[in-house]
Amino acid sequence: MSAPYPQLVRAGFRRYASYRQAAFAGLTANVVFGFLRAAVLVAVLAQQGTVAGYDIPTAVTYVWLGQGLLSVVQLWPELEFSKRIRSGDVVIDLGRPWDLTAAMLATDLGRAGHAMVVRFIPPMLLGIVFFPFRWPQRPVTWLLFLVSIVLAVVVSFTIRFMLSATAFWMLDAHGVLSVWGAVSGIVVGLIVPLAWFPQWAQAVLAWTPFPAIMQSPIDVFTERGDVVALLGHAAIWSVLLFAACKLMLRAGAKKLVVQGG
Amino acid sequence: MAETVYPRIIASRVRGQLAYPWSFALDVAAQVIGQAFELVTIVVIFTQVTTLGGFTASEVVLIYGLAATAFALTDLAVGQVEELPTFIRTGELDVMLLRPLRALPQLLTADIALKRLGRVVVGVAALGYALASNNIVWSPVTVLVAITAPLLGAVILGSIWVAANALSFWLIDSSEVARGITYGSGFATSYPITVFGPWLRRILCFAVPSAFIAYFPALALLGRPDPLGLPELLRYSAPPVALLCIAAAALVWRSGIRRYQSTGS
Repeated sequence: MSAPYPQLVRAGFRRYASYRQAAFAGLTANVVFGFLRAAVLVAVLAQQGTVAGYDIPTAVTYVWLGQGLLSVVQLWPELEFSKRIRSGDVVIDLGRPWDLTAAMLATDLGRAGHAMVVRFIPPMLLGIVFFPFRWPQRPVTWLLFLVSIVLAVVVSFTIRFMLSATAFWMLDAHGVLSVWGAVSGIVVGLIVPLAWFPQWAQAVLAWTPFPAIMQSPIDVFTERGDVVALLGHAAIWSVLLFAACKLMLRAGAKKLVVQGG
Repeated sequence: MAETVYPRIIASRVRGQLAYPWSFALDVAAQVIGQAFELVTIVVIFTQVTTLGGFTASEVVLIYGLAATAFALTDLAVGQVEELPTFIRTGELDVMLLRPLRALPQLLTADIALKRLGRVVVGVAALGYALASNNIVWSPVTVLVAITAPLLGAVILGSIWVAANALSFWLIDSSEVARGITYGSGFATSYPITVFGPWLRRILCFAVPSAFIAYFPALALLGRPDPLGLPELLRYSAPPVALLCIAAAALVWRSGIRRYQSTGS
């Protein structure tokens, strides 16, 4: 039997495709925030012209890419995995003939693919229609942008995975996940462009994987900074974090106590 | 009966939340960080500009402080109304309607999330700092505005929350629509309304009256002219607006409950 991962990617896509109405209803809040955030950044730039290399079209593109990517990288985690650990159902997942981390990543990539269609494209279209938009200057940027999104999903997945896996030790991962929910928006560069931060904060964040989740794909699209460095940073962190996930799962599985007859 | 039931329900919810102390502590931390990071956003913006929409940093922090305190109080008191779509879908609302208590208070006390006190602390701290750092001429009127603005703001926001979530009596999957209204108005109140374009501003002033939560009271406290030149009376209009909001929310909620037919089994 061949590896099940390509099928899992497809299954992840289909699972979300079955709730079409929910997917579009979910856009409402996303779009409202797009308009409000764009208005704030435009007001900032209206007096200054440009701030740290952002003119109005770049800032607006930054906002709408962020609103679109939000669901693709799924910044705010679901509780599903941590609940399976708490209830013990994770034993079934571990017993299957697959690498659980890889299987979950495959499903998540499928989910992200679906989100690209229903959650990324519609807000982008609104942004393009209602605001000045900055298109990539070079055709190759589109390809690099796609690569950066895949890496962003991988990095985001590994962080969500590890936070959920704290449930092996803490039983209730809810608190850890909500801290990430509160911190993530600002450290990944969703709320304010990271380039607007003070130098020291930018230097600190450059050593973390967080910018790879949001700011890097946006920078690739708007052609800011060195694209090789951006993608290299994301790729290195993807590999490191994926390995860390596997180690953590192995340690967690040892800790797991299965009750029953 | 209701007088003795609700304190007991709330006490049991409080005990339940303290059962996992670590998780609870982290939850509170998340609320504090979440609220404080909105302030960080404003601070980061002001490292790049000196005024935003015609307001200085400490004036915007005053608007933020009023908005954050009102938002935190709303979240604490009626945040639970966000569960309404779930309660309708699972049929739990039927159980509530069968009990000899009113549905809305039952829904609101179904889970008093103590962690949300974390947000209140941040809001009050920011407000206190802003009140001290701005040049406010203290008079009986400004003292009254400073004390009542967050409370009236919470009433206005709370009404918006109840009405927005009651939409799920009519619409399926409306929770994201409600979130757009509730969190959207929450976000918008933290900034001077001069930041937003004319039509967005009209929505914020009149359709979803969030300008009365922080922007107009802040003008009253600062005693400064409105860059938009709107009538001065609006600065002191929060009480009647709050009353109107309660009436509107009650109307929406009642007509929703009246037309509610269970999802069945």
